[in-house]
Amino acid sequence: MEVEKFSYDNKIVKQFTYATIIWGLIGMTVGLWVALQLVFPVLNLTNFTTFGRLRPLHTNAVIFAFVGNGIFMGVYYSLQRLCKARMFSDTLSKIHFWGWQLIIVAAALTLPFGITTGKEYAELEWPIDIAITLIWVVFGWNMFGTIIKRRERHLYVAIWFYIATFVTVAVLHIVNSFEIPVSFLKSYSWYAGVQDALVQWWYGHNAVAFFLTTPYLGLMYYFIPKAANRPVYSYRLSIVHFWALIFLYIWAGPHHLLYTALPDWAQSLGVVFSVMLIAPSWGGMINGLLTLRGAWDKVREDVVLKFLVVAITAYGMATFEGPMLSLKNVNAIAHFTDWIVAHVHVGALGWNGFLTFGIIYWLIPRMFKTELYSKKLANWHFWLGTLGILFYAIPMYWAGFMQSLMWKEFTEEGMLRYPNFLETVIQIKPMYAARSLGGVLYLGGFILMAYNIVKTVKMGAFVANEEAEAAPLPKKYSKHTGEHWHRWIERKPIQMLVVSLVVILVGGVIEMVPTFLVQSNVPTISSVKPYTPLELQGRDLYVKEGCYTCHSQMIRPFRSETARYGEYSKAGEFVYDHPFQWGSKRTGPDLHRVGGKYPDSWHYNHMLDPSSMSPGSIMPSYSWMLDDDIDTTSTPAKIRAMITLGVPYPKGYDKIANKDLMEQANKIAASLKKDGIETYPNKDIIAMIAYLQRIGTDIKGKK
Amino acid sequence: MKFINYLESIAGVAIFPMISLFIFFTFFTLLILYVIKADKSHITELENMPLDKEGN
Repeated sequence: MEVEKFSYDNKIVKQFTYATIIWGLIGMTVGLWVALQLVFPVLNLTNFTTFGRLRPLHTNAVIFAFVGNGIFMGVYYSLQRLCKARMFSDTLSKIHFWGWQLIIVAAALTLPFGITTGKEYAELEWPIDIAITLIWVVFGWNMFGTIIKRRERHLYVAIWFYIATFVTVAVLHIVNSFEIPVSFLKSYSWYAGVQDALVQWWYGHNAVAFFLTTPYLGLMYYFIPKAANRPVYSYRLSIVHFWALIFLYIWAGPHHLLYTALPDWAQSLGVVFSVMLIAPSWGGMINGLLTLRGAWDKVREDVVLKFLVVAITAYGMATFEGPMLSLKNVNAIAHFTDWIVAHVHVGALGWNGFLTFGIIYWLIPRMFKTELYSKKLANWHFWLGTLGILFYAIPMYWAGFMQSLMWKEFTEEGMLRYPNFLETVIQIKPMYAARSLGGVLYLGGFILMAYNIVKTVKMGAFVANEEAEAAPLPKKYSKHTGEHWHRWIERKPIQMLVVSLVVILVGGVIEMVPTFLVQSNVPTISSVKPYTPLELQGRDLYVKEGCYTCHSQMIRPFRSETARYGEYSKAGEFVYDHPFQWGSKRTGPDLHRVGGKYPDSWHYNHMLDPSSMSPGSIMPSYSWMLDDDIDTTSTPAKIRAMITLGVPYPKGYDKIANKDLMEQANKIAASLKKDGIETYPNKDIIAMIAYLQRIGTDIKGKK
Repeated sequence: MKFINYLESIAGVAIFPMISLFIFFTFFTLLILYVIKADKSHITELENMPLDKEGN
């Protein structure tokens, strides 16, 4: 057979590597900033840089910019070699690279301005959502093009993970992003309340599964054998690992909603599958670690292997903890606390971060035909990073555990021991400070790496097109005798795509369809009415400011919560909430029964200066709400969008909504005046007060 | 809220979980059988795919 000559495209790999480093540094710097804001609220600085606006910027930057570019870096390098083919199209590679960077820039230019959908990890507004879809298709097109023109018959297991990633992220992104545009940069989620929550966490959890895990497992299966120069421990195990993981993962989402108003059956389903997930997760971890059997002496020497080993270990810890956190009794303690923050950072800093660093240290010298500039610096990076993870995680576990116990503690007389939420926050502030130190260490290590890479690049000579040769595939495939059906899938990318798609759809469909038919199944409560136009505007401010990053709107049916906040939350209360705002973290108290709890003037003063009403509060000031006008021009469009979504406003209400809005605003202004506060009724603060006073008042609770 | 409420309205609904269970049970059983029985030389060839070329 004649051997064909071709070349691997290293330029695109290099570009993605640089993007990974640059965005990683930016994303983690923002992370450090928001961490410090919790210790020094003065660091909220301006209205563009409050915690509520920067936290989504941090999560999006780390997930989609740092890890996203890291995925593409690893995929573009390994896919070409595993397929013995250059990427399908250099143009598509280029469009993919620049398109993805533009999306990240668009995120950075919208989130600080409060342009957000208010759904965690899916905050980007609809035009960006469409751009993501298009660029993702370009990525898939390029990947499948490469696979189809490959010179290797079989698809290595890493490629299966890439294919599953591609197809599942596409499904998740499209389903979760169903939204109705109100204007160029504002939309409402198509789903409401319980349904929105279920779809969001089906998406949210599988963003962890299919963006942070499966592609990185693919990278693990390629780069660990490469770095250790030995095959994976058990290829058979990797086959079972793959199918079991993608089948089980997709069901796990509802474990984010335990004890909420989500129907019980969906919660139970989420728990069962989450617990089962430990099997394939640990199967994969063991497979990765045991690949190094007999090579542990190398781990002591080779900094790349050090990073990879800690990454897999962190993966093992996070995937042990995950199923445990899904148990309802553990979740009751951990949910809404910093425990979860610790959990995700073990995954993000340990698994994703360290695997990325290991790969970069391995890739750059190879693509530049040189040695790493300084092994010593890389070792420093390793130790700073490892210490950083510990200094991050341990205080957060401590804080989460301690705060949760304080929330739940009763005195002998049966009263809450810490009735003032703020007391429990002040207690954990030292832990927030320690966590920031962890962040500094980790980021410091990362900066050393950036320096090390710049120096290495300067020393080396870049090989943009790496020459290679391989025999083309024979046109006809001669079957082995006694060939098994699974080989038929292994050979064919499209079969792999279709079977993966079926496997991941089953879980999603079974969980979601009943909850959709459920429009009527979420028991309706007749006293629950749509928001008034003013409240709707106030709610949009709530979303815009990212209040959900610190405040939940979901009182769980525990004595400790009903005693603190009031009647527990019911599914039927959220039927007009596009999007839902249940939140996932209580840095501040739950707000679902805040309506009517304080006078209007309290909210006015609290928004202006939270510490005036709650001494020691770490909430930023929202003084601009006192000056900015309500955007009444948007009211009719918003009402029309809500009518389209099925919110029962009377016909033609969009035309007269602003009249009702002003009427209600005047009332609130008058009530403020009684308490000695002079303000115009057309200010944002009025809408905000209207919304806050409305939350959770539709049903009469005992508090 | 009980799951059954949502499903009672679908005619012959009991068949669907049985079908899913059957499909997945079969799939994973066959998968495990395949994995156990797979030819050793073939597996060796596959697991060496990332390594089989010099200089990469």
